[in-house]
Parts: sequence; structure tokens; C-alpha cells
Amino acid sequence: MIFARIAPLLAAVLLASAPAHAGTVDYKKSYIGFTFRQMNVPVEGSFPKFTANVAFNPASPETSQAEIEVDLAGIDTGSTDGDTEVKRKLWFNVESFPKAKFTSTAIKPLGGNRYEVTGTLGIKGRSRDLKFPVTLKPDAGGTLMEGAFPLLRLQFGIGEAQWSDTETVADEVQVRFRILVTGAAASASAK
Amino acid sequence: MNEHALDTRRSRDMPPTRVHRYTGVAIALHWLVALLILGSFVVGRYMVDLDLSPWKLKVYSWHKWIGVTIFLLVAVRLAWRLKHRPPAPPAATPEWQRHAAGIGHAALYVLMLAVPISGWVMSSAGGFPVVYFGVIQLPDLVTKDKELFELMKLVHFALNKALLALVIVHVAAAIKHHYVDRDDVLARMVPRLSPRR
Repeated sequence: MIFARIAPLLAAVLLASAPAHAGTVDYKKSYIGFTFRQMNVPVEGSFPKFTANVAFNPASPETSQAEIEVDLAGIDTGSTDGDTEVKRKLWFNVESFPKAKFTSTAIKPLGGNRYEVTGTLGIKGRSRDLKFPVTLKPDAGGTLMEGAFPLLRLQFGIGEAQWSDTETVADEVQVRFRILVTGAAASASAK
Repeated sequence: MNEHALDTRRSRDMPPTRVHRYTGVAIALHWLVALLILGSFVVGRYMVDLDLSPWKLKVYSWHKWIGVTIFLLVAVRLAWRLKHRPPAPPAATPEWQRHAAGIGHAALYVLMLAVPISGWVMSSAGGFPVVYFGVIQLPDLVTKDKELFELMKLVHFALNKALLALVIVHVAAAIKHHYVDRDDVLARMVPRLSPRR
């Protein structure tokens, strides 16, 4: 019987998937973007370079863990001028602080496919606790994690001195992310 | 509104002077738009060389707000002009000059609309929506496109150069009419100005 032969295999797979496993992040379908306002003009930007290590447990997502590291030098602010400027000392100071890092500490079910993620966000040597909702959706043979949160740039010293004027560049930056985690595999890294 | 008001004035040694003036609305719009175009041109020329700073972001926004205002005022001017024919040129005006003036004025209107629109397209292509006075967000005319953005920079610049050239001819013609021909062509656009004797 075929079943007799594959039964042990099936059992092994089921057992293996019980604990949280490191998923593979499909970077082609993942995205971290943001919208900031300058003179009340909404401008779109993104972080094309990041690595995500997601220990994802589809059976009980609240036991999952996520660690996301963003390569700030790769930032796209929507204009070449902006890209040059924000890497400088007054903004991200990329030379001294090349990465932004988010580490989840807890994931709480909010009902349905929504979860509340709590964690720590570190940028430019400062860290702040962060809490935001995430929606999980099955997608392309994996799980799509989508969410957004407002980031107050001045809390991290992003834009100091003349740039701390929020009349010109608003304090609040809307960050959006979409991360597609597929099957169990070695933890995903560089794009 | 008193159309083509006859401005009759007397002085001791002069006969009465009749000026076929534009309407008050047309005169007010003409000078307001002239002032805004001059201001926008100077601001535009100045801002492009600035290093990125909050000041630069402010000046760019102001430039765009002035541009939108010019566009709206020119639209009002056109509508007004269609309902209120401008005074006819002085009887002595040669045919070719009538044609030249007609073409010149039409081209000025086209450019006064084309320059702000090219700026709007440029802004949209650059991924920067135009938010009038920081309040009213205008729809993007095109989606973000880096190549189109670079092209529109050239187009906006070229259209401005064309407008500048036409304005110079326009001003030169007005001065020539007033000081050489000594007719009422300039006076009809300037309140209280009389043709030179």
C-alpha cells in the first residue's frame, strides 16, 4: 500500500511543523514602504533592501517570532536628492547606524486572521516599543503578513536641527509592510 | 461692468483724449497675472539651485501654488475675454501688425496655460503630488515615471524660455506703441494713462 509507505513520512512532516519553524521569505513579493508628508504633500518611499527572519507557526501564529533588519543605505525616498540627504548625519546617519531593526516580543490574536504584534524598533541607536496589527492571509503557497504603523520620526532623531521642523516634514511617517513567508526552510537572508 | 469705457479727460492745452480701454476686470487680471508670472519665474529660477533644505521644500511648494493660481486666473481671463471682446486696434494699425498681435496674444494664452500644466505633469511624474496651499490635493496627471520626469524638466524649462521671449516682445511692442506710435494701445491696459502727444 502506498499509504503504508508514506505514513511515516507524513507523520514526520506533521511533527516537524508543530513547533515554529523558520520560513523562507519571498523577497520578490515582500515590501516595506512608507509615506511621509513634506509641506503636506504625501510622498512614497521604500526600503528595497531588508532581511526578515520569521519563525512562523501556522498552527498557532502567536508562538511565531519575527526579526526584520532594514538596510537603511538602500532607502528610496522617491527622489535622488532625498536619497542622498536622508543618509546624512541629521537623518539616519547611515555611516554610524546602517541598520534599523525590529524584533517581535509578543503576538496576540485579535480574532479572525488579525494579530497584534508587540516588539522593539531600533533606529539610530534609539529603541522604542511598538505595537501594530498584522493580517495573515494564505497566498502563493505561503502566508502573507501585512500591516502598517505610524512611526514618529523625531522619537528616533530622524531629521535633526533644521529638519526637526514638522511644518515642513511631518513627524508622522506611515510605514507599510507585506512579507510573504513560504514553507519550512532555512531562515531567509539577503535578497 | 462698463465695457470699453470711454475715458474722456481734458486739459488746458490738449483736446479731449479718447482711450478705448479694456474692461476693469480684464485690466486687473492682466496685471495680476503679469505680477504672478514674474514672481513665479524669479522664484523658479532661484529655487532650482538651492541645496535640499526645509527652505527649499517651502519655496518649491510656493512656486507650485503660484503656478496653480496663474492657471486658474488665466482660465478666468480666457472666459472673460470670450464674453468681452477687447477694443479694436487703432485704425492706423497695418494689417500685418494686427495679425502679429493676434498670433502673439494667442500664443501668450497657450503658454500661460501650458507652463503650469507642464509643471504639474513634471511634479506628478516625479512622484510629488501638487497640494494647493497645502490643503487641496490635485489629482496626479501621470503616474510616477523617472524618464518622463527628466523630460518634463526640459519641457517646463523650454516653455518658460518661449514665454519669456514672447513677454519681451509683448512689452517691447507696448513701449513702441506708447513712445513711438503714440497711440492708446498701452493706455487701454493702464488705468489713468493717456497717449503721449
